[in-house]
Formats: sequence, C-alpha cells, structure tokens
Amino acid sequence: MTPFTTLTALACPLPLSNVDTDQLIPARFMKRSRAEGYGDHLLHDLRFDADGQPRGGFPLNDPARQGARILVARRNFGSGSSREAAVYALADYGIACVIAPSFGDIFASNSVNNGLLPARVTEADGEALIAALDRGLREITVDLEAQAIRAGDLALAFAIDPVWRTKLLNGWDDLDLTLSHAEAIQAFAARDANERPWAAPARDVS
Amino acid sequence: MSTPRTLFDKVWDAHTVLTREDGAALLWIDRHFVHEGSHHAFAKLRERGTKVSRPDLTFGVADHYVPTRGRGSPIPDEGIRRMVDQLAENAFVHDVRLFGLDDPRQGIVHVVGPEQGLTLPGLTVVCGDSHTSTHGAFGAMAFGIGASEVAHVLTTQTLWQKKPRRMRVTVAGATVPGVGAKDIALSIIAAIGADGGAGHALEYAGSTIRALSMEGRLTLCNLSIESGARCGMIAPDETTIRYLDGRPFAPKGEALARAVEAWRALPSDPGAAFDREVSLDGAQIAPVVTWGVSPEDALPITASVPDPEAAPDPGRAAQIRDALAYMDLRAGQKLETIRVDRVFIGSCTNSRIEDLRAAAAVLAGRQAQVPGLVSPGSSLVKRQAEEEGLDRVFVAAGLDWVESGCSMCVGMNGDLLKPGERCASTTNRNFKGRQGPGSRTHLMSPAMVAAAAVTGHLADVRPLIAGRVP
Ligand code: SF4
Repeated sequence: MTPFTTLTALACPLPLSNVDTDQLIPARFMKRSRAEGYGDHLLHDLRFDADGQPRGGFPLNDPARQGARILVARRNFGSGSSREAAVYALADYGIACVIAPSFGDIFASNSVNNGLLPARVTEADGEALIAALDRGLREITVDLEAQAIRAGDLALAFAIDPVWRTKLLNGWDDLDLTLSHAEAIQAFAARDANERPWAAPARDVS
Repeated sequence: MSTPRTLFDKVWDAHTVLTREDGAALLWIDRHFVHEGSHHAFAKLRERGTKVSRPDLTFGVADHYVPTRGRGSPIPDEGIRRMVDQLAENAFVHDVRLFGLDDPRQGIVHVVGPEQGLTLPGLTVVCGDSHTSTHGAFGAMAFGIGASEVAHVLTTQTLWQKKPRRMRVTVAGATVPGVGAKDIALSIIAAIGADGGAGHALEYAGSTIRALSMEGRLTLCNLSIESGARCGMIAPDETTIRYLDGRPFAPKGEALARAVEAWRALPSDPGAAFDREVSLDGAQIAPVVTWGVSPEDALPITASVPDPEAAPDPGRAAQIRDALAYMDLRAGQKLETIRVDRVFIGSCTNSRIEDLRAAAAVLAGRQAQVPGLVSPGSSLVKRQAEEEGLDRVFVAAGLDWVESGCSMCVGMNGDLLKPGERCASTTNRNFKGRQGPGSRTHLMSPAMVAAAAVTGHLADVRPLIAGRVP
C-alpha cells in the first residue's frame, strides 16, 4: 500500500452527522467486483435524485469542489455496516482523508486497510473547518507525522490511534506482516488445540 | 494474586498470539462466518493464489441475498442469483461447509451460528457483517470486519486488533410486561449515543440482563454495534449452558465437561476495572420506538417527536431537522399518531422463536390494518413456528409468512419498501434508504411492530397484551 505522509488537497465540507455506510454506498450497488470501481456510486442517494440527476445543494456536486480529496464531516462518520465497499467508494472517487469528530470503528479500520486516513478532530475544530470551507477556503493540508491540519489561518491537531498511524505512515500490508509470524501462529494453534479441545466444532454431525 | 480481569480481557488474553511493540495484538480466531457479501475477500485470495487456511473453522451461510419467496425454483434476478451461486462456488473451492439455500439449517448467519451451537462462550467470532456482535450474548468476543480483514482471517485464521477500552452497562430491576431486550438496547443507545460505545468493548451486566433468555441476550448484543461499540458481551451462566446443551456443533460428553469448567471461569472478576460505567433502571424502561434516521433517535412510545429548537447544540439541531424532513414528521407530534404503511418482522435482531411468539401474542385474533412481512431468522425457526401454529396467526392477521433471510432488513434480495413508505420494523437500522431508496423506518420490538400492525400507527403494546402474556 502507498504510505500516507502529507496531503495537500482540495477539501469538501459534508456538514452531516451519522453519515452511515448505507449512505456512502447503498446496498443495491454492492454486487459489482472492485475492478469495476465504486466511485460513481459514492453517497449516491444524497448526490443524485430519483431520476439520477445531481442534487443542486449537495456539497460534492458544487462545481468548485470537483476533484476534492479531503472530506470534512460531522460526528459518527461511517457508522453502520462493515461493508468495505464504503471505503472503496470514497477511495475510487479520489478521497484520501476524512476529517470528523468520530468514526464508526469498523469503517475506520477498513479505511486504514485501504490507505485512507480517518482523522479525528474535536467537535469545535470540526465546526471551524466546516465554517472555513463554507467561507470559500479550498485547500487543506493534513500532516500525519505531526498529526496536524493546516487550513488557511487554522492550525489544528488531529487524533488517530498510534497503531493505525504507524501502519498508514509505512503503507504496511497486514497480510505480509502476519505471514512473517507463521511459526508463532502454528505454535499457538497447536498449544491451544491441546488446552481448549472443546473449542473445535463438534465433529459428530453431518 | 493476579490483577482482576474483565470477561473481555480473559477472552482477549486467551487468544493473543503475540503483541507488537505499538500495542497491536495478533488474535487467534475460533469461528469465521462468510456470506454472499464475502465475495471481495475470496477474490483477494484468488489474486494471491491462496486457499482458506482453516476450512474447519470457517462456515458459509446464504442469507443477505436469498429470496424469501419461490424457494426451490431458480432465482429470477440474475445479479442476485450470481451472488448466491458465487458463495456456493467459493465454499466448494475452499472446502468450507455451507448452509446454502437448500439446506434445512439455512438462515441468517447470526441466528444460525448460535442455533447450531457453533457460537460458544470464550470464543473469538468474526464475520464480514457488523452485527456479528450478536454472538457476544454467549460471552464470546465477536465483531464485524471488513473485506480486507475477512481475507486476512481466511488466509491466516488470525487478525490484528488494537485493544478497545472496556465499558460496563449495568441494567438492574424488573422490566414490565411488553418491554424486552429491544427496548433495553434502544434505551441504552439513546442514552450513550450512536457513537457512545466507539472504541469500547461493552459488557452488559445486572439483574435485568441476567433475567433475559438467550434470545433476548442475542437481541441486546446484536444492537451493540448501533452504539458504535467494537463488541458487546454477556458473561455465560446457567441460561447459556442450558441453551447450548445438545446443539449439533456444541461440545458433548467429556469435552462439554471441560468446556463448562472453562466457561464458569469467564465472568469478570470482582473488582475488575472498567474504563467507563453506565447504568440504567430496568423498571423505568418503556416500549421504545425510533423517530429519526439513527438508532440513537429513540424515545418511549409515550413521548413526542423532538423539537430542533430545543436541541442542546446546533449540530444536534441540524441533525433533528434533517431527520424530521426525511421522515416527514412534525416537531411535537405525538409518536402514537404516526401512521405506518407496512410492517416487517425479521432480521438477525428479532426473528428468533421468542420474537415470533411475542408478535403472535399481540396479533392473535386481530387484524393487521396494513400489509406486512414476517421472515423467520432461520429455516429451523420457521419449522418450529409452524409446529407451534404461529404461522397461522400471522396469516390470519393478514401478514405474509415467508422464508428466512435478511430480507427487508437491507433489501438486497429485492424485499423493499417503496419510496416514501413508512415501516414499523424489528430490524436494527433506520438509516435513510436502508429498506429501499426513500424508505422510512421506525425500529421497535416484535410486540410493538405487532401493535403497529393492528392499529395502523405506532402504538403502545402494553394495553394490547393485558391478560394475554404473563
Ligand atoms: S439481517 Fe440485516 S443486519 Fe442482520 S445480517 Fe442480515 S443484513 Fe445484516
């Protein structure tokens, strides 16, 4: 995975709380394979009306925000289902960082697994960023090493779990890392099978 | 003396293969459930040319896309058929046991796992579905994971996790008739918020929780994710052990004796420290309904739709305004006056035999004023309900009795509301468009859905069950 260090990019406000994964990618679009891309369905029912026409007032449809790579949202972003397709939709659309006061746990870990940074800010700082974007601010810089956000005159800190920070900074892939511990895993499994024989599914069933 | 540990810590410690310097732990996974939605993960395995490492610990269930009508004939929708076939293919290629469309044990993954005795106390259970938290009802550490993590577990039978903080939610006191696990769960979410549990493993404790059946505990733990928690757990006790006795995949004989010994050591030690404590009075809980588009938008049925002007902060005010516009409700409107177009009884939250009995107790001898669907949680639940005659109660009331699957919880199989339709639903998410584009969902218990069905509007079930249930 590509390491995430610093990102300076066009940002888009999304002043909504509880943007759940059903909003990020409605269930009916989840049958396709990843290769087909999910970006055109990002936030589909908020972006488009029943006839498939872009909704006028929706921030991502603002001509001035086309090509945004950073989203600034309100609390509990990505709550809901574990569908990683929610992250695929963001990533395929071009979003590399979401800034919000809180995130759905599974969504945040899916984000990190796809190199997308979920940056947590205080509610007050989040509101300040949204207000600055509303006043016309375009670019935001997110520095993961320093856990800092620069947005016009604003200089803010953001929080991220240290484990996730290290992983993003290094662009680590979990699977390669885990496979390097194959011996330890085998040893654990052997010991565990001995200590907890009851934990294996019973075999005397059809 | 070692430090007192919580239930969560005991399960965590027993599964830690190694802990990295930065605190991330590599955990051993005891049970892994896959469903039609797991196709991304299987595609990743294909790309890497790897096989499932422990097919004996991996179980497939067809639920998310399965049709609830016309079973036995080919699935007409090509896209949906492909999703179901794809799971069968992947299970076959990787030698994974599948509870497929034609299996008499088929059902919703979070109903089938416990029902088959696959879920046990003290296990780690994962699935690419957020409501995997359900299995915590047994004192298992169970949580939903994304496709990358599913692929990781399929390949290694392990998963990297950072340790969440611990929160104990204590509910004590006897609930009144008509109030059940769903009302308790929604009350907890309303109290702590839809992100109140974020970063935490919850443990539910207290006399109200102890008094719940396994079915009730499954409902409660199922909704842990709606408070944002990583997982929710209930310490195993006699209720748990009794439930597991004789289940097909549960330990038997000598193995069971050893298991029970291990399970009895699982409850949190006296004095174990929790990072956060929350408590609720069980006796004060009334039947609850949601009015908005997040499960935290929950209130007792006797209340009124909230007023954004009275909200504590501008963010919350905006959220209420947005929810009222979507749900087409007025501030101050009595919840009991909200008319519904349809009802749905089903989903991994509330489709077990007890749920169906609770709904049937209200519906018996009455007519539903609106159409509705009843989809049992598994094909075995369906059979049992039919043996008890519950299906006849639903049908006589005018509701449709259909096959088991996720159905109208998520609408992937085509069971959908029409745009603008309002549904009283036993499911877990009232998100915008969850039950179809433009759909409006009110979450509540099976008994409350039955009450809405017979009155045609959101209604307090308590007067309707007077003299009917003990
Ligand atoms: S019933 Fe609903 S919440 Fe449960 S597993 Fe199916 S889609 Fe997910």
